[in-house]
Amino acid sequence: MGRILLVVRLALRDLRQRRTEAALLMIAILAATTTLTLGLVLREAASDPYESTRAATNGPDVVAHVARPTDLALLEELATASGVTAHSGPYPVIAGRLQAAGRTSDVQVEGRDATIAAVDQPEVTQGSWVSGGQVVLEAAFADALDVNVGDPVTLGGKSFTVAGVAVTAAMPPHPAASCIVTTGCVNGAIPQGRNLPARLLHNPGLVWLTQAEVRSLALTQGPMSYVTNLKLADPGDTQAFVAANSGALIMQTWQDILAEATDLAKDSQILLLIGAWLLGLLAIASLSVLVGGRMADQTRRVGLLKAVGGTPGLVAAVLLAEYLLVALIAAAAGLVIGALTAPLLTESSAGLVGSAGTPSLTWSTIGLVTAVALGVAVVATAVPAVRGARSSTVSALANAARPPRRTGWLIAVSTRLPVPLLLTLRLTARQPRRVVLGVVSIGVTVSGIYVLLALNTFLGDQPGTGAYSEAQVIVLRHVLGVWMGVLLALAAVNAIVITWATVLDNRHSSALTRALGATPGEMSTALAVAQVLPAFAGAVLGLPGGFALFAAINAITGGDGDRAVLPSLWQLLTLVVGTVFAVAVLTTVPACIGGRRPVTETLQAEPA
Amino acid sequence: MSETADPPVLHARALRKEYGKGEGLVRAVDGVDLDIRAGETVAIMGPSGCGKSTLLHLLGGLDRPSGGEVLLNGRRIDNLSEKALARMRRTDVSYVFQSFHLMEELTAVENVELSALLAGCSPRTARRRAEELLDQLGLAGRSKFLPSALSGGQRQRVAVARALSNEPLVVLADEPTGNLDSAATLDVLQLFDELHEYGQTLVIVTHDARIAATADRMFSMRDGVLIDETRLTGGTNGKLGALVGLED
Repeated sequence: MGRILLVVRLALRDLRQRRTEAALLMIAILAATTTLTLGLVLREAASDPYESTRAATNGPDVVAHVARPTDLALLEELATASGVTAHSGPYPVIAGRLQAAGRTSDVQVEGRDATIAAVDQPEVTQGSWVSGGQVVLEAAFADALDVNVGDPVTLGGKSFTVAGVAVTAAMPPHPAASCIVTTGCVNGAIPQGRNLPARLLHNPGLVWLTQAEVRSLALTQGPMSYVTNLKLADPGDTQAFVAANSGALIMQTWQDILAEATDLAKDSQILLLIGAWLLGLLAIASLSVLVGGRMADQTRRVGLLKAVGGTPGLVAAVLLAEYLLVALIAAAAGLVIGALTAPLLTESSAGLVGSAGTPSLTWSTIGLVTAVALGVAVVATAVPAVRGARSSTVSALANAARPPRRTGWLIAVSTRLPVPLLLTLRLTARQPRRVVLGVVSIGVTVSGIYVLLALNTFLGDQPGTGAYSEAQVIVLRHVLGVWMGVLLALAAVNAIVITWATVLDNRHSSALTRALGATPGEMSTALAVAQVLPAFAGAVLGLPGGFALFAAINAITGGDGDRAVLPSLWQLLTLVVGTVFAVAVLTTVPACIGGRRPVTETLQAEPA
Repeated sequence: MSETADPPVLHARALRKEYGKGEGLVRAVDGVDLDIRAGETVAIMGPSGCGKSTLLHLLGGLDRPSGGEVLLNGRRIDNLSEKALARMRRTDVSYVFQSFHLMEELTAVENVELSALLAGCSPRTARRRAEELLDQLGLAGRSKFLPSALSGGQRQRVAVARALSNEPLVVLADEPTGNLDSAATLDVLQLFDELHEYGQTLVIVTHDARIAATADRMFSMRDGVLIDETRLTGGTNGKLGALVGLED
């Protein structure tokens, strides 16, 4: 117990002494945990509202429909089939056109009873249920048309008043509604220049009238189809039921409806999870640099701990503890921020009960996010911590710095270059691992931006040609915005942290070089260029990385990669040049500070 | 406290360096006047903390004075920009430090050629000059060694070679034997003697009277002020080791 207290106390004191570094560590892990939380919470959010809607409406396990009145007997026979415990219908359905507030839209009109159905009784969220002369609109459809309770609408040439707005679990919300009319439907945008068959419904909404009014409209609007909603004894085994009873019947299981109803949230979730892993990589790069630099500063502290009897295990525990502490706090903060932000990314599902604001944390999400945060901290910290713990007590007490690396060929090459580049190469040669981290950090960022560019172009085409509506595109753009914002923020933190770590590690050699005649400008340029060169390499490598990542996203989401418009050559060139420029700007201030540090103070304070 | 026969190569007038404010004000260098002629070896002696290292930094433009002026070869340098001072250090002034300050990842010859490369010499010229210097200083066989593989005396020789690589007007040495044992100290003293004979202007800061005794002139410094000047002859007789009691 005493040891644990000692470890925690030492960790807390050290964190308090180095608040800026602790804050940077926190930001790095927080970015990753927030995005991961968003992704995981959206996974829950994707299915929760549908489950709630299913419960509230006594949603069906299987929805079956027939296209001809002659097949009505098949539906009646199905209602008594083995495994069916309850049913509602068959209900008549016709195709129609609804006019409201100057807008016209195709609809599927389902005839329902005023009484409550045993299966699939749509949950009225505003107003009341159907009655004569009144229509009820599916909630997402009403939302899209901006129609409210009491508004007048025209359907099949007849006027109705909107009695209410309701949600159902028997069909995915607009605009992903399943097609249960004889004439057929098409969802999504129609490519320009393509004409649909005249009677085919385009992005039809779902409305309910009384059965009598549907039959009356059918006289002028065309053929009726029929739909029946079934409850099964074993809702998990719908596939077997469908296989045993298929034929002229068209059946859809609740699992199919769930998949379509939550398609958007799933896409958002996939994007966020991939973003979270990218940010996790960036966080590891960040942490490695911060921890590496910090461990070098802690040599003397390690020596003192060992001199007073600290075992290598205790020393390693002390060094690890503070990073684990930061990771735990970052995980908690990430979970809270992620859970609070998630509703902003799920508001598209107005067609489901409580779809906005319902995302909540589960124990599995909390566990996974915490584990990832701790994992990131351990991966970045373990090696320097163990190395510090194993170091000789005497040399640690003497604060003997590890000699920098010698890369002979780079030193030889550098002699032929102008002074700033000569200094740049030598700075680079001293810290090859940090250069690799810099390349990885920028590479991951550029890969992410590449994917964002491709997805943004893809989404830009959607309202005209694709499967997403304008509202859905807005939601997905929010997701991409979150991803982009966090990615760029973390990349910027990384660039500054790496530069500053380079400045600190090279303060002695920089001071000495200036004492030998290098100007502050040459030193600052060298420090900045030492970051810009890896940034250029990372940016170039990030392009194929981005292509691979985009292909992976396509494979995971089942997207049509061949139709995707990849970033153009000029966009890629702009991306590389922009990245290099951004890194140059970000590193200018720390590089200038580093290049102008007082020479005599540094040379007097630090041994060679 | 100055010699006026020839124009001084290094000239300081009313030189001051202060740190802090109010009650915490420290006058590290307090109104120093100093002239150093070409080819002269001058020692500045005093206890630790008397300001002699600070004075050396001011004379070479490594630090900026709070007041007064410094002229190098007739050109005022205390008001130069950092960039101009850096360029001046490439060619006119060089330093030898107590703790050598060699780049640990560079070999001896790479350390020596660094100043020349910074000054814009071609790599070939810089390397040839560095190898010549190491040869002259008895380190030809050690030119490819890293500093960590050299003794203290050898490291200081490398530092001296680096200081000489651009043939500076003045070499400023800050406690050059402070980290060396007796044998290595003798090595460095003999080296300075050779430089003196060659006509190199040297300013050596030390708190070791034996080292100071090898100079043409010796200044004593206390609390930032030069309090005494002594003209010596030992520095020109070529018997430094015997003079300072390091050899028979």
